[in-house]
Amino acid sequence: MKASVGGYARATDLQHAITLLEAADGMARVLAGGQSLVAAMNMRLSTGDLLVDISRLSELRGVTDEGDTIRIGALTRHVDVEGNALVRDHAPLLADAVKVIAHAAIRNRGTIGGALALADPAAEFPACVLALGATLHVMGSDGERTIAVEDFFQGLFETELEPEEILTAISIPKAEMGERQVLQEVTRRSGDYALAGLCLVKRQGGHRVTMLSVGEQPELATDAMAKLDDGDIEGAIVSLRAEIDPPSDTKASAKYRRHIAGVLLRRAVDQVTGDAR
Amino acid sequence: MSEMFRDKIVIDLTVNGEAVQARVPAGQHAVDFLRQELGLTGAHASCEHGVCGACTIRIDGEAVRGCLTLAAQLDGSDIWTVEGLSDTDAIRDLQQAFIARNALQCGFCTPGMLMAVEELLSKGGVPDRAVIREHLSGNYCRCTGYEAIVDAVESVARARADEVTS
Ligand SMILES: Cc1cc2nc3c(=O)[nH]c(=O)nc-3n(C[C@H](O)[C@H](O)[C@H](O)COP(=O)(O)OP(=O)(O)OC[C@H]3O[C@@H](n4cnc5c(N)ncnc54)[C@H](O)[C@@H]3O)c2cc1C
Repeated sequence: MKASVGGYARATDLQHAITLLEAADGMARVLAGGQSLVAAMNMRLSTGDLLVDISRLSELRGVTDEGDTIRIGALTRHVDVEGNALVRDHAPLLADAVKVIAHAAIRNRGTIGGALALADPAAEFPACVLALGATLHVMGSDGERTIAVEDFFQGLFETELEPEEILTAISIPKAEMGERQVLQEVTRRSGDYALAGLCLVKRQGGHRVTMLSVGEQPELATDAMAKLDDGDIEGAIVSLRAEIDPPSDTKASAKYRRHIAGVLLRRAVDQVTGDAR
Repeated sequence: MSEMFRDKIVIDLTVNGEAVQARVPAGQHAVDFLRQELGLTGAHASCEHGVCGACTIRIDGEAVRGCLTLAAQLDGSDIWTVEGLSDTDAIRDLQQAFIARNALQCGFCTPGMLMAVEELLSKGGVPDRAVIREHLSGNYCRCTGYEAIVDAVESVARARADEVTS
């Protein structure tokens, strides 16, 4: 189908974008890479939006070294996240994730900020940034604020972002010496959304485990994490299967998703120990 | 407030090497603009949600979905479609290989397929078959079963690599 749009404005800088969002009286919609939004508009899942095109705001693009963290601009495209040396060195989980996100042509335009603002429970980046313990930077008419990733995701396609706010960047703590970060998932076809996926981060302070496609939003699997911290892998698998509440849909049953969750955790642990050897 | 938002947007761009100026509706996607306003019907509008790849075009050197990009966003961009790449002979070898290897039957996916392939080949070298398949995973073909397409791409990659070294 064809999109039905109320109007379009191209923001020239961040302040202009905020002004446009406010002027639209609740009808505004931020347009970044458009790889989810234009699809939704074409399917008429969203109609009459006043589009605020932020895709030209170069200040929201690129990755910078901030000492203990790296800061990834919201408009950094998937393809640039994968190729960036700072990301590869300090947050390799994100570079690995890009390989399994959609197809090349979509990765050429989709942005990390768009993926996080959308908060699709089947998307890779939300689960990854939760596993990494990121901080999100947000700009609104009252100025800038930061949101801890643990508070950012608020349910199915819901986030802590206000309608008149723009996600500007994501800060990721740099991986420690010896830190391991792995992503495991099961997908029927290359580029499809995963039936289920799992992020495992192993740090001195302990393990962090998140999953995608097994609930309304990415969540830390705290029971499984505690078991892994105790070195109890079998216990972690049992706990993980018990603490998630996956949906049944046309792609997979809840029972199957729960089964593969455990399989993915075992594969992730094997990958971490295998790599360490 | 609404005067800040436009339902028609003026864009200046180049398409297949020629300067174009147009006034486009806010919701029109790039592939409809190319097909309906410029008569460039090579890129096909098909699934219109980014899954099939038939609308793949080149924007500023990269293969992207024509159905997931708004025409309004093309201001200042350099666009190439299969028509432009055919007229300049840039992909003649690839087109010949598609014919020689039976890498098309109905031809509906072919323009998008060629745009996606050319992006991969432009990186140089001879990608292995798994890489070719992965790069084309976002382009559906319902006729060939893909094997012939991978053959064609591989043969062109080899031929171009030989040309570089000899
Ligand atoms: C065929 C297909 C397959 C895909 N497969 C996958 C996959 O396997 N895994 C995966 O993770 N994703 C997948 N995607 C989605 C893709 O990764 C999108 O690019 C991404 O989800 C959205 O990024 P975007 O920049 O295109 O955002 P847009 O589509 O422009 O925006 C998405 C939403 O976020 C809001 N938004 C965007 N940027 C901001 C911002 N800076 N501040 C506030 N709000 C903002 C918009 O208003 C909109 O509601 C797929 C998409 C397609 C079409």
